[in-house]
Amino acid sequence: MTLKVIVRGKTKGTILVSKNPINFLGGVDKKTGRIRDEKHDLFGKMLANKILVFPYGVGSSVGAYTIYSLKYNKCAPVAMICLKADLTTASGCAISNIPLLVAEKEEYESLKDGQEVLVDAIEGKIL
Amino acid sequence: MNLTKEEEAALDGKHGETLALAYRTLLAIGEASGADKLIPIEWAHLSGVNYNTIGDAGEQFLSHLSKDAKFKVKTTVNPMGFDFDTVSKYNLDDEFIKKQESIKQSYEKMGAIPSFSCIPYEIFQVPNKDTHVSFAESNAAIYANSISGLKTNKEGAFSALASALTGKSPYSDLREDSNRLPKLNIRMKVESRDELTYGLLGYFAGKVAESSVSISGTRELDKRSCKSLCAGMGTSGRCGMFTLGEGEGEKIDFDEKEMKKVHDELNTSESGDLITLGSPQLGLDEISDLSSMLKGRSFTKRCMIFCPRAIQGQVRKMGYENEIKRAGGEMLYDCCICLTPLVDKKDVDSVITNSVKGAYYLKTSNEVDVNLKSLKQIIQEETK
Repeated sequence: MTLKVIVRGKTKGTILVSKNPINFLGGVDKKTGRIRDEKHDLFGKMLANKILVFPYGVGSSVGAYTIYSLKYNKCAPVAMICLKADLTTASGCAISNIPLLVAEKEEYESLKDGQEVLVDAIEGKIL
Repeated sequence: MNLTKEEEAALDGKHGETLALAYRTLLAIGEASGADKLIPIEWAHLSGVNYNTIGDAGEQFLSHLSKDAKFKVKTTVNPMGFDFDTVSKYNLDDEFIKKQESIKQSYEKMGAIPSFSCIPYEIFQVPNKDTHVSFAESNAAIYANSISGLKTNKEGAFSALASALTGKSPYSDLREDSNRLPKLNIRMKVESRDELTYGLLGYFAGKVAESSVSISGTRELDKRSCKSLCAGMGTSGRCGMFTLGEGEGEKIDFDEKEMKKVHDELNTSESGDLITLGSPQLGLDEISDLSSMLKGRSFTKRCMIFCPRAIQGQVRKMGYENEIKRAGGEMLYDCCICLTPLVDKKDVDSVITNSVKGAYYLKTSNEVDVNLKSLKQIIQEETK
């Protein structure tokens, strides 16, 4: 499958699928990478070193700094895959050098939680 | 995306690492939003000023950036974590104050106007209709598009920063007229109307709408309700604009049942030990209203009131500050409810507010419970 490359890079890891959109500022602890929004389906989960698959980012624009802080504190996802890239997520990943891809609905839905994958965010492929 | 020769050169680092980083960011968001070119913007409003939100990583990033970076266009900034004039009255650790000072200096060094406000649309002169701006603060972006007649996307902190450094933004989404037409219509069916109802409507709208939404069943909004609607919408979703009146597309009702659902999600306590007013920060009209409501009454609990420094002179001259202080209120400038370190879960269990946006961040970030009710109800129940 070919995906749209937003931020380039290559990495591998385990997929973590989020059903809900993510508000990085309120919803994620920037020091640990833990989801702390009790209403979120990933509540209590850690983002560190995961391939984070989520529909899109919502809420505060400062979420971009949260993404940068996650990287700085070594608890960021190694790559992100969205259904629709919002500007907070895209700019946060760009500054933090976290590969970011956008998938079409069908491709997006084929990504399963726990899968080990290789993300090629240069060619736009997931292997 | 098609870049000019000049833009290509900057992207390749020919004008330094800072501009290369800024153009890389613009390119990424341009790709994400399907833009084919960059266009000039006249004004950037930045978020990422409060040390509590950006942390050590953000503080160091800005300190490094400010060594050689300069903003190319008018640039204003969001609130900080506290008010430097009154911080000694609060039990805040020196480390926080030092880091906040560093962030403030970095922005000022790069040429930002030290506005420290989340309501730039209320304290600055608004440019001509259809002017492109780049607003990161979500309530301000929605207000700019929906009320001020400006054009902006709901920018991320770094996309607005990149716009401030380059004076440009990708031409996409809400910058294009065709995308500004709402594709969903929300019918306002709730009878009683106040700023809380509209804040809850905004939070609901943010969840169901994509980039633009129409709201029917309401003709006019006072400023307080309007700000509340923008802030609620900006918190829950990625919708960056609303219009009032009938609109095209699918129709959804916002009725008592839907409103209760949103209220139940955000209201986690039936009472509180501290009142906070001002997310978005209160403007001069709202401060004037508040001081009238407080005539002959006093708060029975601590109450923190947040507003921009730009109105401080008038607030004092008109006697509003004295009246509010007499009633037991604490006036705070340059900061706001959202993620202020002045609300600490070690000291308070639950906070009373009329702000839907404040409620969300108080719960998720300050980790306190929230009693969400209208200003009228707060005055009735929490003053005597």
